[in-house]
Order: sequence, then C-alpha cells, then structure tokens
Amino acid sequence: MNPPAPIADTPIAVVDYRAGNAPSVGFALERLGIPARLTDDPEVVGAATRLILPGVGAARATIDSLRDSGLLEPLAERVAAGVPFLGICIGLQVLFDHSEEGDTEGLGWVPGTVRRFTDGLRVPQIGWNEVRVVRDHPVTRSLPAGAHCYFVNSYYATPSDPADVLGVTDYGPEFCSVVGHRNIVATQFHAEKSGPIGLALLEAFATWDGVEC
Amino acid sequence: MLTKRLIACFDVIDGRVTKAQQFQDNIDVAPATDLAQRLYDDQIDEIVFYDITASAQKRPIDLETVRAVAHHVFVPFTVGGGIRSLDDMFEVLKAGAEKISVDSMAVRNPEIIRQGAEAFGRQCVVLSTQVKHVGIRPGIPSGYEVFIDGARTATGMDALEWVAQGEALGAGEIVVNSIDNDGTAAGYDLDITRAVADTVNVPVVASGGAGNAEHIAAALTHGDASAAIISSILYSPRLERNTPVRELKAALAAAGVPIRPWVGSASA
Repeated sequence: MNPPAPIADTPIAVVDYRAGNAPSVGFALERLGIPARLTDDPEVVGAATRLILPGVGAARATIDSLRDSGLLEPLAERVAAGVPFLGICIGLQVLFDHSEEGDTEGLGWVPGTVRRFTDGLRVPQIGWNEVRVVRDHPVTRSLPAGAHCYFVNSYYATPSDPADVLGVTDYGPEFCSVVGHRNIVATQFHAEKSGPIGLALLEAFATWDGVEC
Repeated sequence: MLTKRLIACFDVIDGRVTKAQQFQDNIDVAPATDLAQRLYDDQIDEIVFYDITASAQKRPIDLETVRAVAHHVFVPFTVGGGIRSLDDMFEVLKAGAEKISVDSMAVRNPEIIRQGAEAFGRQCVVLSTQVKHVGIRPGIPSGYEVFIDGARTATGMDALEWVAQGEALGAGEIVVNSIDNDGTAAGYDLDITRAVADTVNVPVVASGGAGNAEHIAAALTHGDASAAIISSILYSPRLERNTPVRELKAALAAAGVPIRPWVGSASA
C-alpha cells in the first residue's frame, strides 16, 4: 500500500454557489471524516489546496453564478497552480470549451465539447448506470468492476483527447463518464450520491496528490 | 446500461414515517432517520420523503428531518410537501435534497415548475401526480383525472394533458400515483403508467399498489416506468412480513429487469 500523499493541509474547499448541491457533498465528506469547507468566498477558494466543484442544473447558470460570485478567477488560478480538482456533474460539463446546452462557452480547462443525448432516449438520464474504467488513475482505482453510479444528465462531454477519458458509460452510445486531465478529475455521476462506491471515490480524491499516475 | 430504480417512499409526520392506505388511516412506522439508514444499508436506490401534513397545515417543510435524513443516505433523496415558492425549494436543496417533488401546489400554480427548472435545472423538479380512474368523459379523454390535496379534491384535469403540460413547463421526472391502487398491494395501475410513459420523454415513476416483486417488474417492463416507488412492501406493520431490498433486487434480476446489483460481502 502506498502511503496517502501528505497534501491536504487545509480543508477541501467545496464550491458552494446557489444552484449547486454542495451540502450533499459536504455531508458525504463529513461521513468520511474528511475536513471540508463549503464556501463561496473568493479568498478561501483562492487559497485552497484541494477543490471540489459540485453541481446540478444548467451550464450557463453555473458559470454565471461562479462569475457573479467572483469565483472564476481564483478557481482558474488554483487549477493552473496544480491543486487537485474534482468536478461533479455540471462541475464536469463546465470544464470544457463549449456546451450545446444554451450554446454556452465553457471554462476551457479541458479540451472538448459537451453535447445533448440524441433523440430516442429518455432525457434526462436519471438513475444508476455502470461505469467502466478505461485508463488507470489514482482516483478511479477505487471503482470496482461493474460499479454502478448515480447519474442525472441530459448532456455529456466529448473530450478532444481520448487520453482524457478515464471512464465510460452506455446511454444509447457510449459516453465519457469520468474525465482526467492533469490535476483535474471529474465525474459525470454524482459521487456523493452513489453509495459506498461513490464515497470511496471521494476518499481517493481526498488523498490524491494531483499527479496523474 | 441504465438500470431501473427502486425508490422507497416515506410519508412523514413530525419526523416519523407513517403508512397510509388509499391516502387515509396513517399508522406510525419508525423515525425517518432510522428507516432511511436501514434502507440505505440495504442498498435502496433512492428515497423520496413527503412531509404529508405540511401542505394542509400551511406550514413550511420540516427541514430538520430533511437534513437529518440527508446525513444518513448517500443515494438520491427527493423531498415534497409544503413547497410553495422558489425560496422553499432552495431551502430544501440546501438541507441536502437532490430533487423537489411538487404536486397539489403545481396544479394551483403551474409556473412553479418552470421557475424551479430555470433556477435549479429540470432534473431537480419532479412532478408528482395523484390520478384516479374515472372513465372517459368530457374534459377527461384519457379516463384518468388528476386529484390533489391527498386525493381529496378533484381538479377536472385530464392526467395525460397535465403530465404533458408539466413536462413542457420543465418537469424532469413524472411520478404517477394511482389513488385506486395505493396501499392495496394489488399491483400498480399499469395502464396509466404506460400511457404517461408514452406521453412524455422524461423518466416516469410508478407509484401505488406494489405488493410483490412481480408487480414491480410489471411496472418496469409493461408499464415502461423507469423507477418504481415502494413502501408497504418494505416496512408496513400491516404486513405479516416485509421484504428486504436485497430480496426484491434478486427477484427483479431473475425476471430480467436491469437493476443496480445488490453488492454484499460473502457473509452478508
């Protein structure tokens, strides 16, 4: 067993903006005994050594809310500085260059776009679906074969670089359900609502040093 | 592939789960937090919590209990009852719920569906409907009428027209509660469940009448529901025996219904 990386010297900053579900993430971290702080304070975010961007709702509303709260700049600065970052659901979708949802320009931290599920499927996808890990990564190592996680999404990411795809899931065609790009990891599913499997992933993130392998 | 969900439904009064039959005669079951923990440990896929007296008593929803349940369950958690405004929705989400269920209030003020969907995303807004078979008549072309206020008040609205309107306004999921079948353990009303599933493109949840795993399987296949709400079968004191989630999942899997597998240690 590798010793956990001694990096979490401040609580995880869970970005708490109006349309987010930060409380659920906070409850999950509390259960795990992982120090966390829900915050919409740009100074706290700017000083964070580990960040979670949770999310429900729409891409544009999320980005607008982050901008209006003055959080975009400190978030971008921290991500560029290499702190471990976990995006969840909408917190994954806003990372890309562009989303079809409301023709929204994204943060552009991960190359790629976000598209709507095709016709013929019930949208949103709501429920437990299987995640297959396709590339080894410290954060997804906790996911067992046949792991089912809880999804709620109408859109999905298409990373430009296939190497950024850590996990895939079938809904109609296969889509990217876990993203890994440098110090960024993101799950399309709600790790905080995926039972023990999701909690284990949050725990793995809490000890990750931000280096991919 | 996307699996079908088993949703445990709690009718909560003063922090305690109660069990009614056809929306009447509630008897006490257990504290909501205890039952939530037990069912989470038994790998329920989702929990929905209705504060059933909030609306009638015109008081805000019991946020303390919502918060306490959210501390125990790390599966999706929906809350309904007593929600009248966008601010109420926000408070419930802040207390740890994922989704808001609107029912009678949405009939009185359909705009709340649109407002909720715009503020929090449509996946956050569940439209719950109480439907009763009244036969085809003027204004009710499907033969199913929408009722509100704990099945006490007829609305004159057609069930299929209402769910279509609800979807157009922004509901991300539709729950079909059969007033006729609720608490009977005689099976879901598959006809209206299927008709709603054919009408809308968002997921449909069957509710009211589950007595055994075959009923659930029928709702999830013939009824084309994406999820089934269960309650009596899991915990009603009126039944001689309650069925664990594990057993229901095994039966559903054996019936070929795609389900999130029950994962256990060899000793469990």
